[in-house]
Amino acid sequence: MIAEIGHYALVLALGIALVQAVLPLIGAWRGIDPWVKLAAPASIGQAVMLAIAFAALTHAYVVSDFSVYNVFQNSHSTKPLLYKLSGVWGNHEGSMLLWVLILALFGAAVAVFGGNLPDRLKARVLAIQGLIGIGFLLFILLTSNPFARIAPVPADGRGLNPILQDPGLAAHPPFLYLGYVGFSVAFSFAVAALIEGRVDAAWARWVRPWALAAWCCLTVGIALGSYWAYYELGWGGWWFWDPVENASFMPWLAGTALIHSAIVVEKRDALKSWTILLAILAFSLSLLGTFLVRSGVLTSVHAFATDPARGVFILAFLIVVIGGSLALYALRAPTLKAGGLFAPISREGALVLNNLLLATATATVLLGTLYPLLLDALTGEKVTVGGPFFNATFLPLMTPLVMAMVVGPLLAWKRGDLAGALGRLKFVAMLAALVAIVVYWRAGGAVWPALGIALSVWLIVAAPAELYERAGFGRVAFAVAFRRLRGLPRATWGAAIAHLGVGLTVLGIVGSTAWTVESQQVMKPGDVVTVGPVRYRFDGVEEAVGPNYAARRGKFMVTDLAGNEIGLMQPEARRFFAPPMETTEAAIRPSAAGDLYAVLGEADGRGGYLTRLYSKPLIIWIWAGALVMAMGGVMSLSDRRHRVGAPTRARTAAGAAEVKA
Amino acid sequence: MTRKRRRLYLVVALVAVLGIATALVLTAFQDSLVYFYSPSDIAAKHPGVDRRFRLGGLVKPGSVEKDGGTTAFVVTDLKNEVPVRFTGLLPDLFREGQGVVTQGRFDARGQFIAQDVLAKHDEKYMPPEVADALKKSGEWRPEAAGKTGG
Repeated sequence: MIAEIGHYALVLALGIALVQAVLPLIGAWRGIDPWVKLAAPASIGQAVMLAIAFAALTHAYVVSDFSVYNVFQNSHSTKPLLYKLSGVWGNHEGSMLLWVLILALFGAAVAVFGGNLPDRLKARVLAIQGLIGIGFLLFILLTSNPFARIAPVPADGRGLNPILQDPGLAAHPPFLYLGYVGFSVAFSFAVAALIEGRVDAAWARWVRPWALAAWCCLTVGIALGSYWAYYELGWGGWWFWDPVENASFMPWLAGTALIHSAIVVEKRDALKSWTILLAILAFSLSLLGTFLVRSGVLTSVHAFATDPARGVFILAFLIVVIGGSLALYALRAPTLKAGGLFAPISREGALVLNNLLLATATATVLLGTLYPLLLDALTGEKVTVGGPFFNATFLPLMTPLVMAMVVGPLLAWKRGDLAGALGRLKFVAMLAALVAIVVYWRAGGAVWPALGIALSVWLIVAAPAELYERAGFGRVAFAVAFRRLRGLPRATWGAAIAHLGVGLTVLGIVGSTAWTVESQQVMKPGDVVTVGPVRYRFDGVEEAVGPNYAARRGKFMVTDLAGNEIGLMQPEARRFFAPPMETTEAAIRPSAAGDLYAVLGEADGRGGYLTRLYSKPLIIWIWAGALVMAMGGVMSLSDRRHRVGAPTRARTAAGAAEVKA
Repeated sequence: MTRKRRRLYLVVALVAVLGIATALVLTAFQDSLVYFYSPSDIAAKHPGVDRRFRLGGLVKPGSVEKDGGTTAFVVTDLKNEVPVRFTGLLPDLFREGQGVVTQGRFDARGQFIAQDVLAKHDEKYMPPEVADALKKSGEWRPEAAGKTGG
């Protein structure tokens, strides 16, 4: 019964979405005020219906209602409650439902918090949200109904893939989707602006918080996914340039470009049509990412053939949304009043460089991700574009970006003083150079790690140095400077913190790439292996039992080279019962200086076990840096200019726009 | 600075970045495209010793031999076979009779030395390339069809 209520709510949501999409658009065009006013309540109603549908599916999972086919396929009665819940979105149908729920929630949020938006703009934005919702709801109802029943009712479910049973991965898809779908708001604002033919500073201030919120969630989502891969897959790798990862990384890159270019629109009334294009691209890449992952097309282009209805629908939807919005862009963007051009050496010039490099990097990742699919579809040849391709293209584009990132915020708007900015950074530069020399000397003449660490120091130290500089420490009295520091806009703090986060991530990437030590061998109890700065002593294995698995648990006593005990590490090889499957559970001792990482493999039949032991210096900063970036985003989001006063258009201009529309 | 000149700077920067990116992409493509071959593909056109590629098929039942950390096994598409050696920890789902994809290159003695063994984390999974290879070799059985995807 409850599943039927969920299904019914889903159909009602589609009905409401139709109203939300069509009437306000016509109303805003023809000036029919009641239809314009309909947008907000409709979007709230759609969100409520989808919340009911989602609650119904969650209920089916919690009570293990195996008469629902989706629950039978993906859940099991012995599964811990957390994974029954995460099982709701751990499969195609449920994840699509989560997607459309978040979409509707964002629409409702615009309706509720968008009080300062002009009525027509708001109506159009919500109508576009409604249109996207229609597409997804039709997809769910026609090809991927999560509420389908089966008879006879099976005794128990098939279970969730055990490696997906993990707290990090339970939270990964919701964050990722909050990011993907958050860009839908920026997209809707962009399309609405194209319809109105009007982009100005106020528009940028309305869009930026949504893009920023989406970007923060996506950052956290990607970091969670990467961390999960690191500790769960047992390879000690954290990024594989796998198409599934690229699918989430491309919207992040485009979104990063978007939150920067929106600043230029807001402050300088320039880069307008480029910003619109970025908003369209960020969401298009989100859609592409969702569908690439969810359609199974990445494992094989022939996956379409296993369910042609889905494949055709997905292709048609992508063509309508991406093609439609780009066509509208081509048609309407030339009518946007071009903003002023500006000097290459200026804050906006630096932001253009940022956008140029990020957009190009996005394009290379897109090419590397889609090329194997195209080649397979066209010629039947199968190729893999692996890490080497992305390292060879992506890193050379990112290196100038992160170097310039430090200088950009110190340049003034309109006309910057590069020599002056570099002059103010001379102490940071000297410190970075000093660190480079020390690392070069200590690490036995390794050039690249020394430069990489110097780069991260350059970023990490420059962030506080920038704030110090802006507050005027050294030029005015300390108390005055301190007051100014506290009075700096939250957005300035946010940017500095986010840039600091990038520095930390670079530190982690360089450190772990350059100095990871791996040792793979057969060990008998009592054997000792030296790995980097520590010794692992193997103390044998024991049997262990978990809630829904049995495990073979290895014991490693870890000491430093002087023989002082660091601790016991216990990696496991787990055998899950439902579905029957084996997983390796690495033991990890994280610390700021570096992680220790141990994996227990199979017995060799002669009393020994295959083991893989690592020392991974500084690796934790990769994810810590990502969290700091997201914190910077949240800080910037709390800037009062996003909430108070500012987002009101000049009255006369707004009047003119209404007439034109 | 004139408007025209500012625009020129922007265009020059754009062309420079795109040019560099194109050059990077083209050189990277040359070294990092990894082709996929089935044992029958290899029998038909033997790839050189230096070329790194992916070899996929089924792990031939009874062929797995372990010696310390090194595993020797045979990859088959039920028509042709290729012997493989791999040193290291095998993935959790490496099984005789199951699909597998390995990445590596031939050594001078014609033995395939795998650097990576990829077996996806799913008991239902058969690598799509392997399914395709089996279809091509005419050994695809419908009852095994349920094992594709995953």
